[in-house]
Order: sequence, then C-alpha cells, then structure tokens
Amino acid sequence: MEPRRDPRGALVRPYAVTRGRTEPLQNIALEAVLSCTPTQSAEARFAGHDKYRIALVCEGRAQSLAEIAAYTRMPLGVTRVLVADLVAEGLLTLHTAAPATGFQERMNLLGRVLSGLREL
Amino acid sequence: MDFANYDPAGASRSREIISAKIVIAGGFGVGKTTLVGAISEITPLTTEALMTAAGVGIDDPSKVPGKETTTVAMDFGRITMAQDLILYLFGTPGQTRFWFMWDEIIRGAVGAAVLVDTRRISDAFAPLDYFENRNLPYVVALNRFDGAPVYDLEEVRESLSISPDVPLVMCDARQRESVKQVLVTVVEHAMLRLQAEHDRGYPASVG
Repeated sequence: MEPRRDPRGALVRPYAVTRGRTEPLQNIALEAVLSCTPTQSAEARFAGHDKYRIALVCEGRAQSLAEIAAYTRMPLGVTRVLVADLVAEGLLTLHTAAPATGFQERMNLLGRVLSGLREL
Repeated sequence: MDFANYDPAGASRSREIISAKIVIAGGFGVGKTTLVGAISEITPLTTEALMTAAGVGIDDPSKVPGKETTTVAMDFGRITMAQDLILYLFGTPGQTRFWFMWDEIIRGAVGAAVLVDTRRISDAFAPLDYFENRNLPYVVALNRFDGAPVYDLEEVRESLSISPDVPLVMCDARQRESVKQVLVTVVEHAMLRLQAEHDRGYPASVG
C-alpha cells in the first residue's frame, strides 16, 4: 500500500514496450475478464514477447486486467494498452464487466453475487 | 494465409464471463489487505500504477521528463463464484493523495466497505467524505483490533457522523466468516438502494 519509487524506473522506461503509446484502443475496466484459447495463444507467439506473456497468463483460466498486470509485473497503464491491442487483434477475448444499466440485469447480478457469498 | 474464416478455436462462441467488484476502502494500515486475504481464493495480488511524484491526474511519467516516478499499489483478491461469474475485491491505496486512483477503482463497483480502526477513528474521516460525495452504496465496518478500545456502534456512528441509512457493522478482518458477513451486508445494501431508486423512478448511476 505504501507508495515507493519504482526501482526499475531508471532502467526501462515503462511505456517502451508499447513503443511510447499511452492511450489504449479501448478503455478496459480493472475487473474486466479476458480469456485466451490455445489457438489464440499459439498465434500470440508472433505478437511479441510481452503480448505473448499476457496470452499465456489468460490461457486456461480467465483473468482480469488487474490480474494480468500483477502476474506479468507490468504497470497497469502499460498492460491496458497491450491487452486492448490483443483484443483488437483477436488474440484475447474480452468478457463484459458488470452491466451498468438496466434495473433487472443489475438486480439479477447482485442476487447472484449475494447467493455466491452465502455459499462460501 | 487467408484469415477470412478464421475462428480461433470457437473464441466467439465461448461463454460470456461476468465480473463484479466490491471495493474495500479505508485509511492506511486499517486491515484492507488482511480482509481481502481472509476470503480471497488467491493470495492478494498487487497491481501497480505509475505516476509522477507530483502526479495528480498524470499517470504517464514519460510525458513529464525529469519528474520522479511513484508507484501506487492496490491490492486485490478474487472469488470465482461460478464458471461465468467472478467477484473481485479491490483495496484502495491508503494515501489520501491518490484519490484519483479511487475514482478508477470504484467505477462500476457493486458497492464498498469502509474499514475503520477504532484506535484511529479520525483516519476514517477522509474515506467517508469521499463516499458521501459518490453515488456508490457503501457500508462502514469497524475492524476489531486486539486490545483496541471497544465502542458502542451508535457512539461510533455519532462521532463519525455516519448517516442513519448507511449500515454499520463490527468485523474481524482476519476471520473469513466475519468478512463474508461484511460483503453480504454490502451487497444487500446495494440491492436495497437499487430497489429504492427504481421505485422512486430514476435509474441509479454507478460511481
């Protein structure tokens, strides 16, 4: 929780892996889930080292943007740019985060979360 | 190669997975990560965002050459509830100068629990102010630290000026059952609020 200086800061500029791009193609929520099939990850092998690492993290187990950033140890902003690229290239599948509109949809989701918690 | 008919192993047919998020807020050292760890199926993970030390609103230090980079860390956990439903628990950064990160964390959340340490009640003022000015359902949870002064809940409600319609509960952030109860309270409160807003005839916006 304590903010600290990034010890890697002086070694590699954080946005070098995105070739300096800081704006993702689409804004992906922290908790938005991404998944990757074996075919997609095989294809991602040719998309570059960092993108391939992301694909491998999501193969076999759906992961949120936050989890991808944590497992690859890349800063959130950088991860978001690369993940959005992978989605645009068809190498990752983006699932929807919680529906923000529609009373019934939201109520249903809350109901499912509630019973999920009670069953823990 | 022709990719026109390329369907990556049925990716387009795969089942949609929905994720929901509950925010665990509170001052520094109040037990947010302990609470997340007590119920998460994974050891709490840390995601880091980079920004300049000066950096409110700037998360791209490369645009500001010469400024020092600070890392803001947020811890989070995961509960897979079904094949198509995952609940994430996000802790907020403890420092008040990182409020702008809170905005991103609460966007789209189901609700929040503001954790309070009874030994440092005044640390809760800033997080509570934050949520009073947002449209996100939240509850207040008093984390019982060993040897901490024991207060009556209504005493705490009064001293923190917590509105009567905000649920206030005791908890032990180390105990799974206790944490589960806090999260259940958050979701129940969110459902009541959503229902009430629906009955009044205007849609609730999130965040």
